[in-house]
Amino acid sequence: MTATVGVVVFPGSNCEHDVVSGIERAGGHARLLWHQDPDLGDVDAVVLPGGFAHGDYLRAGALARFAPVMAAVTDFAAAGGPVVGICNGFQVLTEAGLLPGALQKNRGLRFVCATVPVEVSSTTTVLTELAGQGQVLALPVNHFVGSYTCDRRTLDELRAEERVVVRYVENPNGSLDDIAGICNPGRNVVGLMPHPERASDPLLGSVDGLVLLRSLLHAAAGAGAGAGAGAGPLLSAHDQPPISL
Amino acid sequence: MDDESLTVPAPGAVPAPGAVPVGADVHRALGLTDEEAAAIVAILGRPPNHVELAMYAVMWSEHCSYKSSRRHLGRLPTDGPHVLVGPGENAGVVDVGDGIAVAIRIESHNHPSAVEPYQGAATGVGGILRDIFTMGARPIALMDALFFGTLDDARTRWLMEGVVAGISGYGNSVGVPTVGGELTFAPGYARNPLVNVLCLGVLPVERLVLARATGAGNLAVLLGSPTGRDGIGGVSVLASAGFGGADDGAKRPSVQVGDPYEEKRLVEACLELLDRHLVVGVQDLGGAGLACATSETAGRAGMGMDVDVRAVPCREPGMAPYEVMTSESQERMLAIVTPADLDEVHAVCRRWEVRSAVVGVVTDPDPASGTGRLRILDGRGGHVLADVPAASLADDAPRYDRPLAPPRDLERRRADDPAALPAPADCTEDLLAMVLDPSWVYRQYDHQLFLNTVVAPGSDAAVLRLAAPGLPTSAKGLALSTDSNPRWCSVDPRRGTELLVAESALNVACGGARPLALVNCLNFGNPEHPEVMWQLSESVDGMAAACSALGIPVVGGNVSLYNESGGADIDPTPVVAVLGVVDRLERVPATVTLVEGASLVLVGGTRTELAGSRWAVERRDHRGGALADWDPHGHRRLLDAVVELVGRPGLLVGVHDVADGGLALALAELALRSEVGVRVGEVAGHGELFSEAPGRVVVATFEADRVVGMCRAAGLDARVLGEAGGDRVVVGDLVDVALAELRAAWRDQLAGALED
Repeated sequence: MTATVGVVVFPGSNCEHDVVSGIERAGGHARLLWHQDPDLGDVDAVVLPGGFAHGDYLRAGALARFAPVMAAVTDFAAAGGPVVGICNGFQVLTEAGLLPGALQKNRGLRFVCATVPVEVSSTTTVLTELAGQGQVLALPVNHFVGSYTCDRRTLDELRAEERVVVRYVENPNGSLDDIAGICNPGRNVVGLMPHPERASDPLLGSVDGLVLLRSLLHAAAGAGAGAGAGAGPLLSAHDQPPISL
Repeated sequence: MDDESLTVPAPGAVPAPGAVPVGADVHRALGLTDEEAAAIVAILGRPPNHVELAMYAVMWSEHCSYKSSRRHLGRLPTDGPHVLVGPGENAGVVDVGDGIAVAIRIESHNHPSAVEPYQGAATGVGGILRDIFTMGARPIALMDALFFGTLDDARTRWLMEGVVAGISGYGNSVGVPTVGGELTFAPGYARNPLVNVLCLGVLPVERLVLARATGAGNLAVLLGSPTGRDGIGGVSVLASAGFGGADDGAKRPSVQVGDPYEEKRLVEACLELLDRHLVVGVQDLGGAGLACATSETAGRAGMGMDVDVRAVPCREPGMAPYEVMTSESQERMLAIVTPADLDEVHAVCRRWEVRSAVVGVVTDPDPASGTGRLRILDGRGGHVLADVPAASLADDAPRYDRPLAPPRDLERRRADDPAALPAPADCTEDLLAMVLDPSWVYRQYDHQLFLNTVVAPGSDAAVLRLAAPGLPTSAKGLALSTDSNPRWCSVDPRRGTELLVAESALNVACGGARPLALVNCLNFGNPEHPEVMWQLSESVDGMAAACSALGIPVVGGNVSLYNESGGADIDPTPVVAVLGVVDRLERVPATVTLVEGASLVLVGGTRTELAGSRWAVERRDHRGGALADWDPHGHRRLLDAVVELVGRPGLLVGVHDVADGGLALALAELALRSEVGVRVGEVAGHGELFSEAPGRVVVATFEADRVVGMCRAAGLDARVLGEAGGDRVVVGDLVDVALAELRAAWRDQLAGALED
């Protein structure tokens, strides 16, 4: 079966159409989910795309975690559904407590947009199951707040449980242990700073991201419809600011 | 939210609130001359009050009215078969085929960036984006042409860090990729840097909208940020005067503050309104704020408008009506909406969390005079605070035929050619001083978003796929290049501008694209200096000549004057951007790169002119001589041939035009970007090595005979220079340097100066 991926749009997201395009190039279907949606519908996987959700105000991801859709995403993840956060989406996942640690400003305090070599450190996650252990991928990074950090015990856990999913070969931002992406203990929630969708077309100079997107589709098809079902409407912890005058 | 249309009070004699006492010189403080104040009295048939005077002051500023340059700009060729919208609207629009149009505009934000670099540059990006989506287009690419003093100056480093961070901070966050631009360092920009920002957008042809307030009874709905006291007088006090006084720092409050998150939601809301045909017209609020947006939309439609100044959402209480009307608060748009669509408009805005408020109503022209009136009302049914002919704010602005004169020593300077300078003892040293890796800048810009960037920054032109959500499918591509050369234009503004257009067209051809249209940003000094007006006039003539000869229409432009500090004008700095179309973008075209063993072919003849070159000006401090001549017919053949060569699958492995720094720098950049050396035989001395004469391209190929044959068949000179390979850059007995040493110098120029 062809899996359908839900791509969440927050106000300020900007990579949602790119992710849809990447998923389609990898052979899947994708549709957009709105941040105020109380449920996910019948999607087989969820991607939180890059951008600047809610302007990154307060902290990157700090406001987005309160969006109604995030309660549904949390339930979906708890039921084993594949969830991937790319860049800003990774930041949202850490703020939402679905992944440990935090992203802080890059070493050097400058934005970095470049294609960098990234090594697959674990192939037992929803994003890497079709990749080779140690495979080096050329993937674009594009962030100001991309330096991963966590406490010592968390780092020990991530290492011991092989939950570092991808590592920078050349660290562009000062991330702890060269971490570019991690997963949860269930290995169905993955966050990473590099953008696989930006490496999905020969015209863009790299197709190395396709193996990751295909892995996600593979996992989504395998996970079947089970995970998402039952995620019903939930009350929002976040009231929209009034705009009437 | 105010959902009702306005009740219009009975017309009365206006001047009450804040009436300007006769003989007062309030107008001077607002930047108007005595003659301009008299003209306003003549238009109104009575003295203006303070609100009216404030609106005329901003609308008749140099920045908004082009009063010094307009009579010259009419000489530019603006027609072409693809042109849908030419100069005078918010952006130029060209039809690129497949049912797709491209909107493009470039604008300066020089003066704000000089006093507050981060916000100055950031709001420059915000403003140019609004110009593009005003036309119904989705912005898909930004470019920046930046000019600073030299990096040994601490203030220049502060300005540059701030400008780059501002573009990065706003552009990345608003979600539009910055795909290229250019960077110039020269002492003349130390106190008056230039920040020119270009935006390109795409739209289905049928979605094109023009900013017109048609239909009496239609509503003017203000979208976006509330209005604050920021940026009042930005166009007049700040942008239309030079620097050099002790009070330069005091101008900082005239700089606006940007919010890219607000702009992102505003873009999405406006594009949805346009997609769903919920607006009659839409206009951005930029320089001169509401005064400009209301008068221009009404004036263009031949209509009037009643504006309720109290209905405008404000950031703070107690704002005076003139402040509300002239504030340049960012991230605002004015939509013209039929009453029937108002609820839907509010609903779309609510979804995107964008504020929307009815602030005005379109009115019929005054039956007696036939002119539409712009009336500012103090609340529904309240006093008339201002009542002026809407079109007069834009159309009746003065136009000056300012005196112009060439510099007195022009003949002497032209006779003093750098050919007479002694040959360098060591050309390598000159080359090492010229290489500069701009990646320190563009690594801070998201240049990949939207998956369209096929050729990224660092090449001759950015090459983009022609794709966006909601756009018809197309196999075409776009190429875009911004170019300037103040050294050439200082030596000869007319010829320099001609060569600039020629170079920009060639850059686009190196991306495999046929040049289709051009936009320009004319950055000059104080127009009250006759030599500056001469430079402007000459430059316009040069641009007109080159564009006509190459068949490239000018579809938009911007003029920035009063770029001076301490009484010294900047060098004439016209910036041009040429848009080209790639017929079928199926592969990544050859770029500035080499492959070991490839032959290097120089297309175009041997040229040795050095006037205006970096070697002469920067390395020998020699600013005289006569610029190289060019042959427009030969150049057209060259453009066609380069497009043909780049388009043949696999024929070229690398391509780079010969421009800044001449053949020496072209070869060095090819080597640096590929980490492959070059071995070139004899060239015609340091003249050929450093000449920037136009019409030459270096290509790398494994089929040199075929390339040379194709060029000669097209009537072009072509010769094999040497080959790619090794780990040194060697040119005859003039240059011999290890690639590693060259690389260190290249990397160090920017990063070394700016990284602690």
